[in-house]
Amino acid sequence: MKIANVSGELLRALFSIVIATSLMACGAGESNVLEGNRTGILHYGNGAEPQGLDPHVVTGVPENHLIRALFEGLAVKNPITLEPEPGVAQRWEFSDEGKVITFFLNPEARWSNGEQMTAGDYVWSWNRALHPETGNLYAYMLYPVKNAEAYAKGKIKDFAEVGVKALNDTTLEVTLNAPTPYFIQLMDHYSTFAVHPETLLKFGKMTDRFTPWTRVGSMVSNGAFVLTDWALNRHIKMAKSEHYWDRDKVSLNGVVFYPTENVVSEERMFRVEQLHYTAVVPLDKIPVYRERPNTPYLQSPYLGTYYYLVNTERPPVDNVKVRQALSMAVDREKLVRSVLQETAVPAYSITPPDTLGYFPPQVFRYDPDKARALLAEAGYPNGEGWPGLEIIYNTQEAHRKIAVAIQQMWKSELNVDITLANQEWKVYLNSVSQRDFQVARRGWIGDYVDANNFLDLFITDGGNNNTGYSNPIYDDLILQRAPRAQSREERYALFTEAETMLMEEMPIIPIYTYTSKHLIHPSVEGIYPNLMDSLNLKYVKLHPEQTLSGEVK
Amino acid sequence: MLRFIISRLLQAIPVIFIVITATFFLVRAAPGGPFDAEKVVLPEVKRALEAQYKLDLPLYEQYFAYLTDLAQGELGPSFKYPGRSVNEILFSGLPVTAELGFYALLIALIIGVTAGVLASLKPNTRQDYIPMSLAMIGICMPSFLLGPLLVLVFGIYLEWLPISGWGSIPGDKILPSITLGAAYAAYVARLSRAGMLEILSQDYIRTARAKGLPEWQVVSKHALRGGLIPVIAFLGPAFAGLLAGSFVVETIFQIPGLGRFYVQAAFNRDYTMILGTTVFLSTLIVLFNLISDVAAAWLNPRLRSQLSGGGK
Repeated sequence: MKIANVSGELLRALFSIVIATSLMACGAGESNVLEGNRTGILHYGNGAEPQGLDPHVVTGVPENHLIRALFEGLAVKNPITLEPEPGVAQRWEFSDEGKVITFFLNPEARWSNGEQMTAGDYVWSWNRALHPETGNLYAYMLYPVKNAEAYAKGKIKDFAEVGVKALNDTTLEVTLNAPTPYFIQLMDHYSTFAVHPETLLKFGKMTDRFTPWTRVGSMVSNGAFVLTDWALNRHIKMAKSEHYWDRDKVSLNGVVFYPTENVVSEERMFRVEQLHYTAVVPLDKIPVYRERPNTPYLQSPYLGTYYYLVNTERPPVDNVKVRQALSMAVDREKLVRSVLQETAVPAYSITPPDTLGYFPPQVFRYDPDKARALLAEAGYPNGEGWPGLEIIYNTQEAHRKIAVAIQQMWKSELNVDITLANQEWKVYLNSVSQRDFQVARRGWIGDYVDANNFLDLFITDGGNNNTGYSNPIYDDLILQRAPRAQSREERYALFTEAETMLMEEMPIIPIYTYTSKHLIHPSVEGIYPNLMDSLNLKYVKLHPEQTLSGEVK
Repeated sequence: MLRFIISRLLQAIPVIFIVITATFFLVRAAPGGPFDAEKVVLPEVKRALEAQYKLDLPLYEQYFAYLTDLAQGELGPSFKYPGRSVNEILFSGLPVTAELGFYALLIALIIGVTAGVLASLKPNTRQDYIPMSLAMIGICMPSFLLGPLLVLVFGIYLEWLPISGWGSIPGDKILPSITLGAAYAAYVARLSRAGMLEILSQDYIRTARAKGLPEWQVVSKHALRGGLIPVIAFLGPAFAGLLAGSFVVETIFQIPGLGRFYVQAAFNRDYTMILGTTVFLSTLIVLFNLISDVAAAWLNPRLRSQLSGGGK
């Protein structure tokens, strides 16, 4: 009896705790989105905590979004066409057959402390970006500039020999090694941005990587927004800059970036209106969102290709016919439909379609009969005598699914046995760079919209070639002839020639073109689908009257 | 007692030293380095980076330099987050993880002890089977399943609780604390049931009952103190485990704690960060084990007298 009393008491206590816990929950209040729409603040899912905010030190997609909100380059991209348009530079002129570019800086361009931006700031910043002690991973973005590569490699010690000069406070003259049609585009890449010299020097040497100049209260930047709060792994807050030259066009009062590493959690945050915008969308949620009227789901082709690297020096894939057979036996349409749920585009070449008007040639198609014939010619009729082949990929469910699908396709079409091996990320990177594989999964995301960015991967001994592929004619097309082309048409014809050659020799097996995938709250205007997934927050507006309709649960 | 504590502390030093040394050389032996990336790093850039992080020095020099810095409490700059020191990252995440661990432990204790004691009072009845079966489920259910389930029910269907963050929206600490605490609650329940059952069958409990004490006094005054010794002994390692093992919960709920940095550091080959977190957490584990041993000894009259006898 007494024991029953005790347990009754305890049960009651437990029950009260549960009730109290539930009550504490109530009053979660206005959602981020509603509050943001009222106050003009965008809540942005940014994928990961950034490594940092120093444009010459960090690399990565989340970093890119943050840095491009805080800083602005000499030129920016039109958010719809991606063609360059004025940024810090009001205009630019080409001379000496495109080898010299003169940038005329906007006299209204200001640092966030109110000081005027000068051409000298660019000379100082490019010295930092290229200096051999800085360790800038993207130093090569400036290699088209005369003597820049030699300076970065320590062969030239005097920066005055590098082709960048301040003619006066607002005129910057850049001399290139050769005409570089995509050079203006590179001015929108953070590695070519200017930093504020006095601010950096206050905290250390020009080439220091570790100083806290990028912290709240210290950072001086020149973009549409300024840094106001940075709580590690929590959020980064920015407010509209008072000194930005084009501030009248900026509609947002501020942006909050969240390090949304877990894609599933990010989608849930979007559902309860904690975010206006998500960095990605979990694959299994995409069909659900697609079916909604006025879907917040936005998918568009992305400047990236998913492919398999083939080690052209290891049997059996040292034989070009084996490589062609394998590639022709992959049913990319089916793969995209079943495994990828239509979130990618089948690829038959390395350059994504419509890369600033360039469409790659389609040299081959899915053709199992031809594939079997080629395999027989290579000495493995119906897979007889096949020595085995291994695909390596970095440990991730998505890569495994694709590898399994391809393994089955090769087995059923060609009757060849394939083994799969997953490796931890850094181990995988090591295997690829040491060329310790037969076939390896790979992806390449372009840094600028130009076929050159994909095709120059496969020049002889290129750092990212990793296949052992080497063809002097190909090298000549990419390194010598294309840069000297007189027109866009001529240049694209040379690229087509090179890419045809590449797809005939098959050092890689292209699989699909990436897409960018976001959930965007209906109240957000000014985010346009484009190949670079490039977003200029300056153009974003909020319309509070638009709400998420039809709950997805 | 003091002697016991001092000798345990002295034993801890070589343990931590071995942990440091093993970790230092193991991370460097792992394939791939901190600067390997998908896009190749130019040799000239890699050289500059290695110089900035002193990786160009011979390994033994790096090791002694690290020990020297460590002796001064400096854990070095992070490789992954240039511009931040490991100390800074640790101390930004620690309060959050510690708070999360504390709430989780509190929940584990309240639920676990209540369920365990209830079960022990009427063994092999429904009052025993129901909480103990729930406890078994709690042990079996991983937090990466429980967390999203709780989020779905309380965050998305019922809209009672926020589903992510830490300290930014009222109530956002509840779901992560419950998720992390649940598995430990289950352990605590089983431990306290076993402990209580053993004590309740002792002679002195029968004496207490024979004296005519009300049952709640028998339980709270006489039985609990002995019955919970296994739980107390479990608390130290449990708290250390909560600190080191909060990675999953921190990821699900987007919590800015230590766990996420700890696990990612290994993937990133962020040498200084791996070492920093390992040294820090191993020190904590040693310390918490010591505290719980001392507490258990103090609660156990026989051990207590032995130790204080030994100390004199």
